Amino acid sequence: MDSLAAPQDRLVEQLLSPRTQAQRRLKDIDKQYVGFATLPNQVHRKSVKKGFDFTLMVAGESGLGKSTLVHSLFLTDLYKDRKLLSAEERINQTVEILKHTVDIEEKGVKLKLTIVDTPGFGDAVNNSECWKPISDYVDQQFEQYFRDESGLNRKNIQDNRVHCCLYFISPFGHGLRPVDVGFMKALHEKVNIVPLIAKADCLVPSETRKLKERIREEIDKFGIHVYQFPECDSDEDEDFKQQDRELKESAPFAVIGSNTVVEAKGQRVRGRLYPWGIVEVENQAHCDFVKLRNMLIRTHMHDLKDVTCDVHYENYRAHCIQQMTSKLTQDSRMESPIPILPLPTPDAETEKLIRMKDEELRRMQEMLQKMKQQMQDQ
Amino acid sequence: MDTLKESPSPCSSRHNSPRPAPCEMPATVGIEAVLDQLKIKAMKMGFEFNIMVVGQSGLGKSTMVNTLFKSKVWKSALPGPGVPTPQTLQLHSVSHVIEEKGLKLKLTVTDTPGFGDQINNDKCWEPILGYINEQYEQYLQEEILITRQRHIPDTRVHCCVYFVPPTGHCLRPLDIEFLQRLCQTVNVVPVIARADSLTIEEREAFRSRIQKDLKSHCIDVYPQKRFDEDPNDKILNSKIRERIPFAVVGADQEHVVNGRCVLGRKTNWGIIEVENMAHCEFPLLRDLLIRSHLQDLKDITHNIHYENYRVVRLNESHQLPRGPGWVNLAPVSLASTSAGQVTTSGPSKAHKRAQEEPKYEF
Repeated sequence: MDSLAAPQDRLVEQLLSPRTQAQRRLKDIDKQYVGFATLPNQVHRKSVKKGFDFTLMVAGESGLGKSTLVHSLFLTDLYKDRKLLSAEERINQTVEILKHTVDIEEKGVKLKLTIVDTPGFGDAVNNSECWKPISDYVDQQFEQYFRDESGLNRKNIQDNRVHCCLYFISPFGHGLRPVDVGFMKALHEKVNIVPLIAKADCLVPSETRKLKERIREEIDKFGIHVYQFPECDSDEDEDFKQQDRELKESAPFAVIGSNTVVEAKGQRVRGRLYPWGIVEVENQAHCDFVKLRNMLIRTHMHDLKDVTCDVHYENYRAHCIQQMTSKLTQDSRMESPIPILPLPTPDAETEKLIRMKDEELRRMQEMLQKMKQQMQDQ
Repeated sequence: MDTLKESPSPCSSRHNSPRPAPCEMPATVGIEAVLDQLKIKAMKMGFEFNIMVVGQSGLGKSTMVNTLFKSKVWKSALPGPGVPTPQTLQLHSVSHVIEEKGLKLKLTVTDTPGFGDQINNDKCWEPILGYINEQYEQYLQEEILITRQRHIPDTRVHCCVYFVPPTGHCLRPLDIEFLQRLCQTVNVVPVIARADSLTIEEREAFRSRIQKDLKSHCIDVYPQKRFDEDPNDKILNSKIRERIPFAVVGADQEHVVNGRCVLGRKTNWGIIEVENMAHCEFPLLRDLLIRSHLQDLKDITHNIHYENYRVVRLNESHQLPRGPGWVNLAPVSLASTSAGQVTTSGPSKAHKRAQEEPKYEF
């Protein structure tokens, strides 16, 4: 983007400076150039000011390294105060939904990251329908967004929809387990599922290959729609196309996470120290962590959000509206081509007001902090 | 007097039996020669050992059995892609005769594919308990016949190795349910499977959490504390108990490390040697199961678990309806031995009874 910015800015300056305005009629540029090529820059500047938000869900049995992987991906420890449950407490545990939000800033770009955790999934003796609380949560977020969108004041809609779900598959099985299939089939039409092979450092390379093949076969066989990487345009350079192909061939990614730094070959790297060697998290020959990070954050984050908005949310919305219209025809009221949306109840109005006020408070707090910092710098 | 001490054993042709020189005054009677007699008899008859492996699929159970007995005892049957896992638990047993230095061991391995793999794993331990009790029942039926066989074939499960997945947190509810029920019927040895996914610190922390969980749920795994007979046993077994559950890695492929050929797993960052104590605790498991405690496992199965089962059956049989195959096991016909409750502090009583019937020692 930066390389684009410079020549475009210069062009804009040239066009607007008074000296060239006189010469403009003599230049051919005027006849060919309108000047909206600077739009991406404008969008870029506005987004940087507004910041991005991303909601990521992690699901899988306990002990597969989910929190460690989240820590490695975003380099923040969201689980500092987590207390591991003992065996007695686990017997009566049900599936919960926990949200952790963190604001990350890098080179002036702000990201509001929300991680939705699902402790208790797949841990009980009887795991029938243990994905139901998760499915209900995703639906709730869609419903809330739907109501907000249909409401009167749409200025500050909070987008809590889940943009991506990382599903951790155990490396110890011979492929997908019945719980895995059940979960993915319940959620594949509602959220982008990215399956991962967890704790991949217990597999030798041939086993990893075989497991990936089996999982791919089983995903096809059970008709599960996991997140598909979009096709890259034909005018992209060869390097990018090659990277894209490699990415598609390594799905599902075999990942390792680590929140400790070890010394390997004189360098300090994130890794795990074993008596027989050191596993480096960021080494492409050891695991696919780098591919996952690039895909999730550096190249496909926006695409994930787009698919959530354009595909999953629209499916939900269409389904919801269909249900409402069918209910209306059942009640034998007058059929209207425009579906009558339920008016928000007074309680919902006040809730929305409270949420808006919360947002304003947060922004004012941020401004105060900035001013404090400026004063300190001076 | 001299005649008594001259030839200590009838098979005096054995080269390693102590033969006192004629001019010495030996102070021994020669009872230690009985050990040789026992050894010869054992070599002739061979040993039987029945082991059961329980755990979720993919935890390396079949590889572990192959590594333990250094032969392809078990070929794990992988279901094809998309084949649904069997709805009910099906146990299969495979028997092999392994020979080492003239000694034959009839090894029977019982596998439990499908354990803990379903979505609803309620009561998935019942087929396993059923199988174990069936073996006790078969032995009991043979034992109460009027004309018994000289050597009753022993299909009772002597040891159940339970594979705990290396989550690194603590025991799961399924593990606790299973262990609670099975420790009362059979000797259970829990192991941490696929331990190459845990670093040394994680392994130690996981182990201490498991030990705490076992204690708080009163699960008594092998070697059971209450069956320690004498102080030597206590010391030896305490050392083992500190390290239970062992963190094991199984491998059936050989690689060359520093010029030696070792069994191990070759990854991109190193080779995990199965027999190297610094890498994993497989040698401890092998020593426990085969080299030091094999006979003890069989003794405890016979003297305690089987006796408990027998007592329950004897006490309840007169209440059972007389269906086909009903056998009268009423206490009246077995007046000599007490059919009272064998409590857990009864190893001495059980041992006494065992000595009255030396036939079953082998």
